[in-house]
Amino acid sequence: MAKSNTKELDQKKRVLLEEFGKEQALEKLQTMYDIRAFEEKAEELYMLGKTHGTMHLSIGQEGCAIGTSYALRRGEDFLLNHHRGHGHTLAWGGDLKPMMAEFLGKETGYCRGRGGSMHIAEVERNNLGANGIVGGGLPIAVGVGLSIQLRKTDQVCIVLFGDGAANEGAFHESINMASIWNLPVIYFCENNQYAMSMAMKKAFNVEHISDRACAYDIPGEFVDGNDVFTVYDAVKRAAERARKGEGPTLIEALTYRWKGHSRSDRQAYRTREEVKQWQVKDPIPRFANALIAAGMLDKPQLETIQAKAHEHIEAALAFAEASPEPDISTILEGLYA
Amino acid sequence: MPETRELTYAEALREGLQQVMEQDNRVFLIGEDIGVYGGAFGVSAGLVDIFGEERVRDTPISEAGIAGAVIGAALSGMRPVGEIQFMDFVTLSMEQLVLQAAKVRFMFGGKAKAPFVLRMPAGSGTGAAAQHSESLENWFVHVPGLKVVMPSNAYDAKGLLLASIRDDNPVIFIEHKLLYKTKMHVPEEMYEVPLSKSAIVRQGKDLTIVATSVMVPRSLEAADTLSEEGIELEVVDPRTLNPLDEAPIFESVAKTGKLLIVHEAVGTGGFGGEIAARVASSEAFDYLDAPIRRLTGLDIPIPYNRNLEYHTVPQVENIVEEAHKLVQGAY
Repeated sequence: MAKSNTKELDQKKRVLLEEFGKEQALEKLQTMYDIRAFEEKAEELYMLGKTHGTMHLSIGQEGCAIGTSYALRRGEDFLLNHHRGHGHTLAWGGDLKPMMAEFLGKETGYCRGRGGSMHIAEVERNNLGANGIVGGGLPIAVGVGLSIQLRKTDQVCIVLFGDGAANEGAFHESINMASIWNLPVIYFCENNQYAMSMAMKKAFNVEHISDRACAYDIPGEFVDGNDVFTVYDAVKRAAERARKGEGPTLIEALTYRWKGHSRSDRQAYRTREEVKQWQVKDPIPRFANALIAAGMLDKPQLETIQAKAHEHIEAALAFAEASPEPDISTILEGLYA
Repeated sequence: MPETRELTYAEALREGLQQVMEQDNRVFLIGEDIGVYGGAFGVSAGLVDIFGEERVRDTPISEAGIAGAVIGAALSGMRPVGEIQFMDFVTLSMEQLVLQAAKVRFMFGGKAKAPFVLRMPAGSGTGAAAQHSESLENWFVHVPGLKVVMPSNAYDAKGLLLASIRDDNPVIFIEHKLLYKTKMHVPEEMYEVPLSKSAIVRQGKDLTIVATSVMVPRSLEAADTLSEEGIELEVVDPRTLNPLDEAPIFESVAKTGKLLIVHEAVGTGGFGGEIAARVASSEAFDYLDAPIRRLTGLDIPIPYNRNLEYHTVPQVENIVEEAHKLVQGAY
């Protein structure tokens, strides 16, 4: 983003904050802290040996989760995401209790303990789930888009994926089909710069993944993924286009994954300095500072929000820990309808 | 309509598609060259004129995209019917079918459903050689969460297709190229042939044949030949390979004491092994008075040359010969 745009952006932020209103702005901030606290607790539980499998933490990427979800009709539009998806489900309005229960593999979890960290979904609110296969949700988005078009509703489908997914063949097939049929799909690439260890710089010859939009003759936009406002604004415009039948948009949001890919990652492919540089760009204080500057938030309120996030997580954990394990007698359930 | 009304297998499928699309707006067709072209084997011929390009949707050559399209549409309230032009090409859809369609319901705790049908023609006999003649049904049988249906005649084709479209699960619907032109009486009204129900298509006392797809008419022809010698074959068509209705197979084997399994797909890792294993571990085992035999495609790709192709998969005379041997105690 060029420096000369700073003033214009500030103006845009003011307009957007007016649009949010104080209550919703604070709710967004609360959700960001909730996501951060959930991820930190997830990591802690793993370290304590309380979880069974791995997990993919989205710490540092909360700006994308919040900016995308709140720009859409959460629960009415459709959401597809991938394995780093805890934040997406929470931003979509997911409940921390069944989230945490699913993470711990409990019967009360969103997926009755069958899905786990990588496959959290809330189907009844059109969150069609996280996907453990890189790019696996991309072709599915075509089908959801077709369904919306055939049912003649003004819903949209957003599919969130990482930079790694943009190099799967499914990326091409999916965007091409959405483009030729003008499907109401928002392709949101959360570029955290590493596909496991493969640096984006090594895996692409284009400067921006969004540059690929021109191959499908659709709009492509590159935004700062750590800025809730720019993410929100881009997704909102993409949704408006989609709802008018003007087809898909490819948005690339640059962000950074603070933690390793998963628990086995020793992060030999990047430097501590690089991680520190990005931690300075933490999306949460950036959003909080904007609210303070706008007079919507003060320090004590901020501390209350932070404390509440931890209370929310502790309550969710208590619920999850008190919940029963799935009964072995139910092992075959849910295969066929 | 008179009882004598006959349709081909392809016409029966088309009639079923048309009727269900007239009745249910959620049903739409999607695939390569299914519109004006009418489908590579003509199954959807003319349907685009009735229902338009939105509901009979031609796609780019994107098999993963087609699979994703039916999954996503099914997850969000539609009942799509996709077509993969040749079963061979479904290898390009496997991630979507195996890792998405088959698992989405289970891994979301039974809270999602993906009611779609993906049709595809399998089989050799058309000189299409190694990459257009595969019979890959057992790849799907091996994936819990998918249903695998293989109609062997025009009546079943329509009835099983309608049942598959109304089913709330992903159905892999495997047709056979050599069956498309076979004719028989097909009722005009909509009817369902239930999934997971094996059919005894011919009753006999001397030997049970379990056959799938094009091997069912071949087994019936073999049964006619052997009947002239006084040997009576019982032919069982599972119709749905998974979930399998196994009881009629066990009952038939208990009656005849002999089992021959016939399919076109290669033998190694084939569906016949599953049938053999289930019979061998069932109560029917006690009634067997000969080894279970399999007659399958050779363990090679389908060759182009007419004679080589012919000899790669079971033919009527092979079934007659093998049945003879079993009945006469050669094993």
